[in-house]
Amino acid sequence: MYNLIGAGLIVIGAGLGLGKIGGSAMEAIARQPEAAGKIQTAMIIIGALLEGLAFGALILGK
Amino acid sequence: MVATKSIKFIAILVLMMTSVFAFANEGEHDNQHHEGGNKVDTPEEIKEYIAHHLKDSHDFHLYTNNETGTHVSFPLPVIVWTSEGLRTFMSSEFHHDDAGHVIVEKDGVKLTKIHSKIYELEAGADEVVFDDHHHAENAHKVLDFSITKSVFGMLLAGLLMILGFGALAKGYKKGAIPTGFGRALEPLVIYVRDEIARPNIGEKKYRKFMSFLLTVFFFIWILNLLGLTPLGFNVTGQIAVTVCLAIFTVVIYLFSGSKDFWGHTLWMPGVPYILRPILAVIELIGFVLIKPFSLLVRLFANMTAGHFVVMSLIALVITMKEAFGPVASTGVSLALALFISVIEILVAFLQAFIFTMLSSLFIGMAVEEHDHH
Repeated sequence: MYNLIGAGLIVIGAGLGLGKIGGSAMEAIARQPEAAGKIQTAMIIIGALLEGLAFGALILGK
Repeated sequence: MVATKSIKFIAILVLMMTSVFAFANEGEHDNQHHEGGNKVDTPEEIKEYIAHHLKDSHDFHLYTNNETGTHVSFPLPVIVWTSEGLRTFMSSEFHHDDAGHVIVEKDGVKLTKIHSKIYELEAGADEVVFDDHHHAENAHKVLDFSITKSVFGMLLAGLLMILGFGALAKGYKKGAIPTGFGRALEPLVIYVRDEIARPNIGEKKYRKFMSFLLTVFFFIWILNLLGLTPLGFNVTGQIAVTVCLAIFTVVIYLFSGSKDFWGHTLWMPGVPYILRPILAVIELIGFVLIKPFSLLVRLFANMTAGHFVVMSLIALVITMKEAFGPVASTGVSLALALFISVIEILVAFLQAFIFTMLSSLFIGMAVEEHDHH
């Protein structure tokens, strides 16, 4: 039961993080469309780091 | 020419497999150890079925006919190192038993299979005795070198890579433009080189690491894609496999670390002296434990979660049967499973890309040389 609540909290945190990354990347691409490729790559790397953190927490909580 | 040869080779491989497959079918009739087949009906059984799929196994189990109780599968070789030495046989001798009922005797060694692990019975024992926690009391695990489903998947991926890239490499001897299947592979190789290795490792040093990065990229990608076929591979979802891949990356970047990298890690310049040992410990833990941990957990968790979701959606056929009727539940589950499978094709590429990308990022950190003014 408690680990389900914990999983929910992890997902909330990860969602906020992904939203922030995605939002900022969108803004950056809108400002500088010619740098879209570089921004996307950086966005995916940060997303992957965040995902690793979230999955680590989910697996530890299991 | 090479392409036709490889096609012939694959055809022979498939033929060999089907013959083993047919042989396995013949041997099924004496299988009486399953009580009324393996019906998957209740949520608990569905959970067990999914958990079984996510684990590695000693045979390829395709499906079970509930009416006759026959299993359609093909066996794989079991190679174990017991207290009496090496023993090899085909996994069909276990007759799909996974609860320690069937005991295979090989030159004085009694072996049985419990939850996909092979156990050796102690001397004098004839059947497995379980304690209250369902642990075998009179049997112990053996060193298992079997060609399991995952090992078979990895060998298959390696073979496909040798065939594909061997043909591509040979093509370059004849001319600058590859022919046949190589034409599809060349852009991928260039993509890994120009988008992953070059920007992260640096123009001077990337060449040395290309072989590792290309191998790991295509290995993970092919295995992820094999996991989406109905053969039911879940190789990159085995934590042992991802641990090994992460260890390769760690060993490579630790051993190719430049003087500047070790200097900055162990004795950070520009920081008060009191903080330097603390930072050294944190940096070392980061490079030796946390970075590989994030690499291995990401791949493992993504692939396991993907398989879990696809299996759960397929299981909707059974769980929604009562409420919506068989036709509607099949339609809904088919549509959702197809949708998730298409996303999984993207995830298969993305995870291979991320693993290679982060590996090259870490290697880039380690080999970087700073300009000292």
